[in-house]
Amino acid sequence: MGRQAARMNVNGKSYARVVDARLTLADFLRHEINLTGTHVGCEHGVCGACTVLVNGRTARSCLMFAVQANGCEVTTVEGLTPEGKLSVLQQAFIDNHGLQCGFCTPGMLVTLTELLRDTPDPSEQEVREALTGNLCRCTGYAGIVAAALDAARRLRDADKPETA
Amino acid sequence: MKPAPFDYHAPRQLKEAAELLAKLPNAKVLAGGQSLVPMMNFRYVIVDHLVDLNGLDELRGIVVGDERLRIGAMTRQRDIETSPEIAKHCPLMVEALHHVGHRQTRNRGTIGGSLAHADPAAELPAVCAAHDAVVHVASVRGIRQIAFHELGSGFMATTLAPDEMIAAIDLQVWRQGHGYGFHEFARRQGDFALAGATALLDIGADNVVRRAALTLFGVATSPVRVEAAETRLTGQPLTSGAIRAASAAARQIEPISDIHASGEYRRHLAQVLSSRALNDAAQRAGVQA
Amino acid sequence: MGAKQFGARVTRLEDPTLLAGRGRFVDDVKLPGLLHACFVRSPHGHAKVVSIDSKIALIMPGVHAVITAIDLPDPMRTQRLPLLLPNPALAATKTQHALARDEVCYVGQAIAVVIADTRYIAEDAAAAMIVQYDVLPAVSDYRGAAEDTAPHVHGDLSSNVASSFRLAYGDTDAAFADAAHVFAEALWQHRGGGMAMETRAVLASHDPASDLLTVWSGTQTPHLGRQALADLLDRDLQSIRMIAPDVGGGFGPKAIFYPEEAVIAAAALKMARPVKWVEDRREHFLCATQERDQYWEMSIAVDEDARILGVRGRMLHDTGAFVPWGIVMPYIASTTVPGPYVVPAYQLDTSVVFTNKVPTTPVRGAGRPQAVFAMERLLDRVARELNIDRAEIRRRNLIQPEQMPYEVGLLFRDGKPLVYDSGDYPRVQEQALTLADYDSFRERQRVALDEGRFIGIGVANYVEGTGLGPFEGVTVRVLASGKVAVATGATNQGQGTRTTLSQIVAEQIGCRLDDIVMTIGDTGAIAQGVGAFASRQAVNAGSSALLAGQSVRKQLIALAARTLGIPEDDVELDDGQAVSSRGNKPSIGFGDLARLAQGIPGVSLPAGQAAGLEHTAYYTPSQAAYCSGTHVVEVQVDAMTGGVKILRYTVAHDAGRVINPLIVDGQVQGGVAHGIGNALLEWMQYDANAQPLTTSFADYMLPMATDVPTCAIAHVEIVNPLNPLGVKGAGEGGTIPAPAAIISAIEDALSPFSVHFAETPLTPERIVAAMRAAGAYERLFAA
Repeated sequence: MGRQAARMNVNGKSYARVVDARLTLADFLRHEINLTGTHVGCEHGVCGACTVLVNGRTARSCLMFAVQANGCEVTTVEGLTPEGKLSVLQQAFIDNHGLQCGFCTPGMLVTLTELLRDTPDPSEQEVREALTGNLCRCTGYAGIVAAALDAARRLRDADKPETA
Repeated sequence: MKPAPFDYHAPRQLKEAAELLAKLPNAKVLAGGQSLVPMMNFRYVIVDHLVDLNGLDELRGIVVGDERLRIGAMTRQRDIETSPEIAKHCPLMVEALHHVGHRQTRNRGTIGGSLAHADPAAELPAVCAAHDAVVHVASVRGIRQIAFHELGSGFMATTLAPDEMIAAIDLQVWRQGHGYGFHEFARRQGDFALAGATALLDIGADNVVRRAALTLFGVATSPVRVEAAETRLTGQPLTSGAIRAASAAARQIEPISDIHASGEYRRHLAQVLSSRALNDAAQRAGVQA
Repeated sequence: MGAKQFGARVTRLEDPTLLAGRGRFVDDVKLPGLLHACFVRSPHGHAKVVSIDSKIALIMPGVHAVITAIDLPDPMRTQRLPLLLPNPALAATKTQHALARDEVCYVGQAIAVVIADTRYIAEDAAAAMIVQYDVLPAVSDYRGAAEDTAPHVHGDLSSNVASSFRLAYGDTDAAFADAAHVFAEALWQHRGGGMAMETRAVLASHDPASDLLTVWSGTQTPHLGRQALADLLDRDLQSIRMIAPDVGGGFGPKAIFYPEEAVIAAAALKMARPVKWVEDRREHFLCATQERDQYWEMSIAVDEDARILGVRGRMLHDTGAFVPWGIVMPYIASTTVPGPYVVPAYQLDTSVVFTNKVPTTPVRGAGRPQAVFAMERLLDRVARELNIDRAEIRRRNLIQPEQMPYEVGLLFRDGKPLVYDSGDYPRVQEQALTLADYDSFRERQRVALDEGRFIGIGVANYVEGTGLGPFEGVTVRVLASGKVAVATGATNQGQGTRTTLSQIVAEQIGCRLDDIVMTIGDTGAIAQGVGAFASRQAVNAGSSALLAGQSVRKQLIALAARTLGIPEDDVELDDGQAVSSRGNKPSIGFGDLARLAQGIPGVSLPAGQAAGLEHTAYYTPSQAAYCSGTHVVEVQVDAMTGGVKILRYTVAHDAGRVINPLIVDGQVQGGVAHGIGNALLEWMQYDANAQPLTTSFADYMLPMATDVPTCAIAHVEIVNPLNPLGVKGAGEGGTIPAPAAIISAIEDALSPFSVHFAETPLTPERIVAAMRAAGAYERLFAA
């Protein structure tokens, strides 16, 4: 059945492919354009491992078809990683032991990117609630929460004007 | 868990969408996809044609009228959650949305999708029932209205014809300063409720209840307005005894039993949560019951 | 610098790659010509397979083959998968075939595999297969499985009892006859699984030029898998390479060798193209092994001072349809009951029964949580009946440090007598209680009660045999580039294997952490290996890393001394250089030393010098290393809804010397999350026909970030005298006593209502039912 155009910007680069209508956005990212950082954990929209940003908002890429992302800006974990180094959030994950096997981690990073953008000074409870859409089976969440709060603090400090 | 093959259509206008639905065999509309796509991935649902409504700007938006609030069916749950109009005129809905799934699902999920999917434990249908919503349904035959209590037709089924789609929902707006309460019991944050209750109270002079709406969800195939409770409350002063009696009336239901909860437990929760929702509503209306 | 690495809170070497989304999990590995697989699985719990018709599937575009049991190569066609842990107590040694032949024994058992261009097409074809089954009665409830009237789980086995055994020591008859008090409990922990975030995956590729079959698998045990493939394909071990790349969580179920690994390997050979299978989540719910269904009936005998005189009872264990890991789990459970307590007499009769469900094999805790649940609930019962504080009753019965090493009186699953090598259980318990502000809890509880809130506290202890053998090797080799190549049979599913082993090697030989190039989980890199389970890698691979590092250190020093013409005592190793501590400090880099150690073609090496700068050590433990700990949990219970919130979670544990506290804390915290799931949320449910009812994350509940508080963790480092590192395993301790402590806390919170719980998961509905039965709501609704 239908093969159709999927045209989107992913991490600032434009892609155009002809794909099966039923190809999920997650599979498009992973296998059509070889961005394997986005992971697939359940394919029914609960685990959050596949979370990406679509037009700046988090979305479960296993619940979207690639053809639905026509004309959209998609950001994956690769797009959150600055060239040759790591972001403040990623560094905070390292410093706070926010990952173990790393499978849920890209989804966590995307979700927290949205949270910290919209809520630069979240409480621990707000962080935990924001993370309920992302399951982790390794860390027990403590390191992830600590990383989020640490990153929030560092980002806020970076925004502060220098004191004379 | 890959879906079965289908043809994909992305209309840009309601008229076009209606025509597609009318002429394509085994077609379904795609709204937020947060309920439909999992079912497609599991192959519980197999469609030949998917009509994507996400391009229909005309189905998005919130318009405040006299005594009525109209929400376009394709309005994202997240946008409703953060809307100043909703916060002002329908605060119950904002409260309910805190319990609907997770941020990622609310970013894409729509109000129309939630009503059409008709999960017994969904929160938005309960809010619509509480506000005596009227649902506008579109097809090639034009637009018709369905009173909310006539929308549900069984377990996860509605009275929508296969070629119809929800276009907009009108909610009755309650008087500014009305009391509202929302309580649900779910196993974890964002899960579907095992049971829930919403309460709306319009309190007049001497704490007399001018109007009451007590709605249960998660206990039957559609949200249930507990008319017995509403009748008892209306025209009487709101006291803790009245709330207790109204909550006890919430037990007069035949709740569903499934692997998540037995009917007996749901009945118990209906009483407990009704009490909490009514107490919250009373407090918000400025009454110390 | 010769920095102290061991014990340092080193951030993980694994992290940058994973954070950037550049991890390499099996599904990330792309090979040219790749084909994709989808298994055809039984929809019945028990059935005869009458016919398989693949005609429609085969003509679908993009479908390359349908493989059934008769299409498999010999001996895989007829030979069953290996039984990894034989035991004389096993009456029936039933393991699966790679593809079911005539009979299917659980929903999800594979009977065929479709090979196609994409997974999408393969699923379409699988759905088009026409399979005729003769449906047979299925055994779903293991509690009835041993009855004569029960249907047969396997057509050719007249009994559903896979094994019956008794473990005992001392005289329980006398103990119970003379006891001042005897109490009995029936306890039940329901089925659940490891549920790693990454499902299983297998990619197999055969290179005809070298005849090398390479298999990437999301496994915890690649060397064991390779051996199984060698047996099933009748190939030389050397012609198979199994690689466990980045693996997204293991927790036990990925330690098993699965039918799919065999079938995909065979498919790659048959298709002469690489074949990949990525399990979807629904398949994982059906076919990945599970754990926990055990029913215990236990009694405890105590004297007037609440000192244990004896413990005895019966345990019924559901092994599912097959026994790939023998009876190791019920055995472990059975030996774990005495725990850290002095139990003078003990007797447990265990019956292991088949059911028509997916097999049960070790999942984090491996039967110990059930045993600890039994013992701790018994102690709580004694405490309640005799009105003694629950921490106090434990204090009275704990083995004292001066009794170490303590011989329990049983044979452990490692083949050795159960002897606790070291530990200070009273000190660990005290540490936990202090950290948890246990002494002031009653006051907190009273204040809460006045406010209408019900809070409670629970305590539980455990001892865990970790670091199980037979071995885990490490090769350390200095390269001419100056880098240090380390290879190990140990694997990584998130426990930071690369970081901890790097810390040990770097400290020994004085190289930089970043200069270590480590190969993990690759049978091509080291000859022998076992893999990750039973919290064994830090002890075994860690000790091997130490031994190999020590040897290479000696070699570096000797060669540097010889080369620089200085005494060996003057040589210091630091930052990848061998430096003299004297004079103008001549030095030589590790790379140059490695080149020297390679020698010159045709020229003899100087006397006393070995070839290369390398060493492979296979540390073999003499017995398990016994770690221990105490959990203290504070909960709040909503008495009206039965909702439970964990307010505070405290852990004190003895994992011996801690290699990296960051990683060990992470293991404890992660283990606690599993424990919370087991206690409150996780339950694999089946209907009377053995049909799984919970087959998605919507139905099977995993703890979320709002369900797991950050634990307060105290380390008590009591050095293990039996291995050169002094470490004990730390991977499962977070899980083992959690259900016991949490259920105890819930009961304590609801003590005004005298309700009692002995089942997990303890759901809100169960709490409400118990409260209703106790007449609690008459009072509470009136309030």
